[in-house]
Amino acid sequence: MAIDSKIPEGKLQDKWEEYKEHAKLVNPANKRKIEIIVVGTGLAGASAAATLAEQGYKVKAFCFQDSPRRAHSIAAQGGINAAKNYKNDGDSVYRLFYDTIKGGDFRAREANVYRLASVSANIIDQATAQGVPFAREYGGLLDNRSFGGTQVSRTFYARGQTGQQLLLGAYQSLERQIGLGNVEMFNRHEMVDVVVIDGKARGIIARNLITGKIERYFGHAVILASGGYGNVFYLSTNAMGSNVTAAWKAHKKGAFFGNPCYTQIHPTCIPVSGDYQSKLTLMSESLRNDGRVWVPKTKEDAKAIREGKKRAEDIKEEDRDYYLERKYPSFGNLCPRDIASRAAKEACDDGRGIVPSGFGVFLDFGDAIKRLGVETVKARYGELFPMYQNITNEDPLKTPMKIYPAVHYTMGGLWVDYELMTTVKGLYALGEANFSDHGANRLGASALMQGLADGYFVLPYTINNYLSDEIFTKAIPLDHPAFEEAAKGAEERMKKFLSINGKQSVEDFHRKLGKIMWEYCGMARNAEGLTKARKLIGELREEFWKDVKVPGELNDFNPELDKAGRVADFIELGELMVIDALNRNESCGGHFREEYQDQGEAKRDDANYLYVAAWEFTGVGADPTLHKEDLKYENIKLQVRSYK
Amino acid sequence: MKLNLKVWRQKNANTAGKLVDYSVDNLNPDMSFLEMVDVLNDQLVKKGEEPVGFDHDCREGICGMCSMYIDGRAHGPQHAATTCQLYLRSFKDGDTVHVEPWRSKAFPIVKDLVTDRSAFDRIIAAGGFVSVNTGQAQDANNLPVDKHDAEKAMDAAACIGCGACVAACPNGAAMLFVSAKISQLALLPQGQPERDLRALRMVEQMDEEGFGNCSNIGACEAECPKEIKLTNIARMNRDFLAASLVSETE
Ligand SMILES: Cc1cc2nc3c(=O)[nH]c(=O)nc-3n(C[C@H](O)[C@H](O)[C@H](O)COP(=O)(O)OP(=O)(O)OC[C@H]3O[C@@H](n4cnc5c(N)ncnc54)[C@H](O)[C@@H]3O)c2cc1C
Ligand code: SF4
Ligand code: FES
Repeated sequence: MAIDSKIPEGKLQDKWEEYKEHAKLVNPANKRKIEIIVVGTGLAGASAAATLAEQGYKVKAFCFQDSPRRAHSIAAQGGINAAKNYKNDGDSVYRLFYDTIKGGDFRAREANVYRLASVSANIIDQATAQGVPFAREYGGLLDNRSFGGTQVSRTFYARGQTGQQLLLGAYQSLERQIGLGNVEMFNRHEMVDVVVIDGKARGIIARNLITGKIERYFGHAVILASGGYGNVFYLSTNAMGSNVTAAWKAHKKGAFFGNPCYTQIHPTCIPVSGDYQSKLTLMSESLRNDGRVWVPKTKEDAKAIREGKKRAEDIKEEDRDYYLERKYPSFGNLCPRDIASRAAKEACDDGRGIVPSGFGVFLDFGDAIKRLGVETVKARYGELFPMYQNITNEDPLKTPMKIYPAVHYTMGGLWVDYELMTTVKGLYALGEANFSDHGANRLGASALMQGLADGYFVLPYTINNYLSDEIFTKAIPLDHPAFEEAAKGAEERMKKFLSINGKQSVEDFHRKLGKIMWEYCGMARNAEGLTKARKLIGELREEFWKDVKVPGELNDFNPELDKAGRVADFIELGELMVIDALNRNESCGGHFREEYQDQGEAKRDDANYLYVAAWEFTGVGADPTLHKEDLKYENIKLQVRSYK
Repeated sequence: MKLNLKVWRQKNANTAGKLVDYSVDNLNPDMSFLEMVDVLNDQLVKKGEEPVGFDHDCREGICGMCSMYIDGRAHGPQHAATTCQLYLRSFKDGDTVHVEPWRSKAFPIVKDLVTDRSAFDRIIAAGGFVSVNTGQAQDANNLPVDKHDAEKAMDAAACIGCGACVAACPNGAAMLFVSAKISQLALLPQGQPERDLRALRMVEQMDEEGFGNCSNIGACEAECPKEIKLTNIARMNRDFLAASLVSETE
């Protein structure tokens, strides 16, 4: 099967306008007859569900939390980019487009990214109209801050809670439509399969997480906005429940998976401190504006610190290695995420880590405090220092912070065309769940932008183009053989989990998978390690199906059973990530293959890898089929990213 | 360290529940309270028993999912923190700790420590929004907002919808939650056109859901992890009264 990205002809700047002018429409009377399923109510899903309902469609929305307001998007701190040029600092749609393509290390689709940049301004307008309390200047106009990877100030924010406020804006619009009866909301429901009939997505199977019942839902189209899969690493900055199940089930039903190996590892997170740890906490990127990253020059000093025999303060200035400043003199502590992360790993692999596990470096505010005074530093990072202190019991004003990189975001996801449709007709993917706009590395404050662009301004146009041919399709009865089969399959799988009655908990397996992924498919990868990882994951999968222990019953509230399904899917996904990483014999963005480097710097291979890897599922444990979508750069010249 | 737990176990909404004793050993004071529950649950699972049901997701104090009543306090002993932000160093080795769900008529128990807080969603659906469809917005800077008002709106908007205010209130009132949303939108120009209607509808829905009345005790403010202020309730009462008068005299 050949993949067609359906990028419209024409000049880059005109593609989206022309697409909208020629896309088919559905008249209001017909919209009322059409049902759309939206899985996920984060930024992408809530904005899509609300907008489609406003247009007159009948929407069913699903989330696994107890309220749509609690999606993982709520945790985003820093901000959202938009090419408003309110600062008059030379920003433009083109510049945002360019920064995003470059930040993504030239592995994203030009047409998509341009569209993203051009609708970005509308998002800010929409959110403001909803009452999102963005930060303001004294004159009452919107304020901006700067973020990594750009030279302009285009990030809008609401204190350190931008994701929360944007999500609440979308959630309130969604609740309004629920109140009006245009959206039926299914909280505490987990989608466990897509129903595909004659090649088209026609519904989902979901488990009611309270009663445990397997339920069936019909839709003329199905939209997945189910978030990213960073939790495949067990420890990440994602919420505990974030999972790949919805996307993975779609993949098994024919939706190709794009660039699964592109993972973003964020350099400034609180290091792992013990085996009991359940998640990692992000410390905002902004800290690197004033904090200096260092480890001791010698292994002996590092060891003494690890063993508690010396403290950071005991290491003399000349015995410290400010390695980012040393290696990247022009960007210093502010070099991009992927680069800062790898440098921390290198220092720790060299035996110079400063936390007991060996995996941690200092982020030191000592100089900033000397320069600016305690009060200024405290004010600048108001919420972050107390948060750090609450978790670690150490005061960063007195002793340096300890940080280490952690898995944060997944650029890969379901492959979608320009209309955000997957390779299954009528099945769409939005937000972090798709692969579309960030290439091999995402810039800060661009995920919120993409999720809301997809949900408010892109899908609500593109979906009409498909649904206009569906107006005569009657609701398919839920006892159709395809529904029967999918529901039965889901139920049997769950019964199987319950019947294994082994010795290890689901958590044990998740932890083991995370270790394999982190070790071999994390910040640095190589062919040997990846080959080994594939074998280890295969073994883990077999062990899981023989030795997992899931208590409780099927028809009951049973979080262990939910988790078993998620972890089983993560194991299968992990294998695909490793295969993809092994296939990509180059380094780009978040994908760093040790064999392909120039003294520690990523070495892309545009001659051979200027493509999106879209993988087709062929069976569990079997080799997936690779489909290549060649990337064409018609407006931007390919360059080497350098930050030296 | 070791903790002795008394945990509320209840199979579902229709059966009676009771406190069950557990003790968890080999704990690290740097663990979060929820990680301690993870340890307990892992032990239960391996024994073939059902783990303790509890709500959680972000574990960063922002999603509002976690909701435990610990030693008689919503979200436990730490001020201005959610359950997930509570660490074991707040307890002493050998302490006995009571863990119960939110208790309120409007939040029925689903299982163990899990409650149904969907009443909050229905209150928002009744009026906690600005009616603006996608695509109808004007340029954001056409509507300047006094920085001071924007900050106050943000203070109110910080509510995470956890329900601790209801759990802490002897009357089971939801005034702090409802007033936070009413205040946020009342403080912004975008919220003005629907200001009266919003207050009427949200309060009406709040009453319908079975939340209690406010008698100015202030327990909600004291236990709110996001330090939402009682002044919001005053603002809401003002708006509600004004709106009721208007609707009566019309
Ligand atoms: C700590 C942190 C800080 C961040 N800060 C920023 C930032 O400052 N700026 C920025 O741009 N980005 C930031 N990001 C990234 C950004 O928050 C996410 O990429 C984005 O919010 C994802 O939105 P989403 O709508 O795609 O998915 P999510 O918000 O993850 O929502 C997923 C939805 O799908 C539902 N779901 C999932 N699976 C199922 C299923 N099987 N059945 C039913 N429902 C399901 C969930 O219930 C949920 O409603 C941050 C991320 C983290 C972790
Ligand atoms: S007002 Fe405070 S306690 Fe009540 S729901 Fe909001 S955050 Fe929770
Ligand atoms: S788990 Fe999200 S607030 Fe506690």
